[in-house]
Amino acid sequence: MTPALETRAVTRDYDVGATFFGKRRVVHALKGIDLTLERGKTLAIVGESGCGKSTLARIIAMIDPPTSGELLIDGEPIDIAKHRVTSDQRRKVQIVFQNPYGSLNPRQKVGDILTEPLLLNTPASAAERRDRAMGMLQKVGLTPAHYNRYPHMFSGGQRQRIAIARALMLNPSLLVLDEPVSALDLSVQAQILNLLADLQDEFGLTYVFVSHDLSVVRYIADEVMVMYFGEVVEHRPRDAIFADPQHDYTKVLFAATPRADVASIRARLEAKAAG
Amino acid sequence: MSDRLEADSSTNPEAHLEEPTHLVAAAPPGASAMRMRAAVLAEFWHYFSQNRGAVAGLVVFLLLVLTALMAPVLAPHSPTQQFRDALLAPPVWVEGGSWKFILGSDPLGRDILSRLIYGARFSLFIGVVVVAIAVTGGILIGLAAGYFGGAVDVFAMRVMDIILAFPSLLLALVLVAVLGPGLGNAMIAIALVLQPHFARLTRAAVMSELRREYVVSARVVGASHLRLMFVTILPNCLAPLIVQGTLSFSTAILDAAALGFLGMGAQPPTPEWGTMLAEAREFILRAWWVVTFPGLAILVTVLAINLMGDGLRDALDPKLKRS
Repeated sequence: MTPALETRAVTRDYDVGATFFGKRRVVHALKGIDLTLERGKTLAIVGESGCGKSTLARIIAMIDPPTSGELLIDGEPIDIAKHRVTSDQRRKVQIVFQNPYGSLNPRQKVGDILTEPLLLNTPASAAERRDRAMGMLQKVGLTPAHYNRYPHMFSGGQRQRIAIARALMLNPSLLVLDEPVSALDLSVQAQILNLLADLQDEFGLTYVFVSHDLSVVRYIADEVMVMYFGEVVEHRPRDAIFADPQHDYTKVLFAATPRADVASIRARLEAKAAG
Repeated sequence: MSDRLEADSSTNPEAHLEEPTHLVAAAPPGASAMRMRAAVLAEFWHYFSQNRGAVAGLVVFLLLVLTALMAPVLAPHSPTQQFRDALLAPPVWVEGGSWKFILGSDPLGRDILSRLIYGARFSLFIGVVVVAIAVTGGILIGLAAGYFGGAVDVFAMRVMDIILAFPSLLLALVLVAVLGPGLGNAMIAIALVLQPHFARLTRAAVMSELRREYVVSARVVGASHLRLMFVTILPNCLAPLIVQGTLSFSTAILDAAALGFLGMGAQPPTPEWGTMLAEAREFILRAWWVVTFPGLAILVTVLAINLMGDGLRDALDPKLKRS
C-alpha cells in the first residue's frame, strides 16, 4: 500500500541578512527530512519554536516549495516550484492554522468561507455547494443558522471548527494541523481534539499534527517525530517514545513539560514542605 | 485514538460551552444578514456621531448635495444671464442692494447667488470624478505593488515618489499646460497628482494583510492571483482608502479652484468657483462681494468635507476606537 505521505531528504533554506551591501547568510531551516506516514494515522511533529516544524508543515501543505528533496502525496511526486498545484493535488491536502482569529477572512461570511474551496476546485452548482457547506457545519458541531454570520461573531473554538470545516470541504485525505489548539483554552482544546478524532474515524483522514504541547500529542498521535534545529532526532510510535525517550533532546523536552495532574502537584508540594 | 478526554461535547451541538448565548437565537438567514448590516451601521453611526464637527460637516455636505441637485429650482436666475442694467450690483444688505441680486452681481451683471448654486454642481462633479480616477488608479497600482513585491513594487513606488516630489499644484499646472486648459483636463491632471497617495496607502494595507493567515488559507484552497488580490485582500484594505478618498475630495475641489483661478481649469462662462474668483480679481477693491462669496463657498465646502473625513477616520479606524 502506498503511504499517504512521504518526504525524501526535504530541505529548506532561508536567506537572511541579505542587505544591499551585507553578505548573504543562509539559514537551514530543514536539513533533510525523511518520513513516511501510513493512511489513517496521525503523525505528531514536536519541537521547540524555530525548529522547523511549521516550515515542514507548510511544505507538506504545498504552500512553500522545498529547496531540495522530494514530496510524495499518495505516491505522486509533487513539485510546486515547477508546476502549479492542480485541483486534484489540492483536494488531497488541506491545512488548519494555529490562530483561528487570523485564518478566517473577516469580510467573508461563514457560508462563503466554506463554499469557496468548492467554487474554485469543483464544478458543483451553487445549491450543491450550499448543501455541502450546511452538512459540513453540522459535522463540525455548528448549526446551519451559522451559515450567514461573519467570523467575528464566533468564539475561538467555534472559529477553529469553521477552519476545520473549510479544510474538509474538498474531502482531503491528508490534513495538516499546524498547532490547531494552541491558541484555545483548555476545555475548548479538548473539544476540538475530540472533534478531530471523530472526523478522522469518519473520513479515514491522515493527520500531520504540529505541536509543542506534549499532553496534546500524547492524546492524539500514533507516531511522534521530535525535531531539533531542522533535524529529526527521534521518530517512533507514541507509546514507545513516551515510555522511553532515547535521544537527549527528547528527554529534555519531556522533562520541560509542566505537569498539572493531582498526583504530581501533591508530590511537588510534599517535596517543598520537606525541603 | 479511542481514549476520550472528559470535556467532550464535540458531537453534541446543544452542549457548546463556548457558544456565546446572545448569538444562539435562531433566525432565518436573510433576516440575520439584514440585522447584521443594521448593527454594523449602528456601530458606525455611534462612533461617527461622537465627533460633533463630523456631524456638522455631514449636514453641510448633504445641504450642498441637495443644492447641487435642486439648482434649477433654487437659483433665482440663470447662471449665465447678463443683466446689463445691474453691473456689480451690491448684496441686498448693503446700501444700493436689491432683493433681485441677493448676493450682488458680477462685472457682467450675472447673479452671484445663482452662479454659486450652479457652481456647487461643478465642485461636487470635480470631487467625484477626480477621486474616482485617483482611487481606481491608486488601488490598481498599489495592489500590484504590494501583492507582487520585488521589482514591480520598486518600479511602481519610485514612479510614485517622483510624482510626490513635485509640488502638487505645479505638476497639475504642467500637465494642464501639456493637455490644454479646460475642466476635463484639469480633472485628469489633479487625479494624476492625487493618485500616488492612494497607491501608497493601498500598498501598505495590502502588505500587512498579505501576511495574515486567511490569505494563505485562500491560496491553499486554490484562489488565483486576481481572486486573492480583489476578492480576498482588497475588501480588508478599504477603511483607510475611504478616509483618504474623502479628504482628497476636498483637495480636488481646492486644486480645481486654484487651476480655475490661474486660468487653466474651467473656462468662462462656466460658473466654477475658482474661475469666478479669477474673473473678479480686478474688482477686489471696488466690489468686495464678487470675490468674497465664491471664496467663502470654497472654504465652507472644503472645511465641511475635511471635518467629515476626520469623523470617518474615527469611525473606521479600529486603532482609534474606544470600546
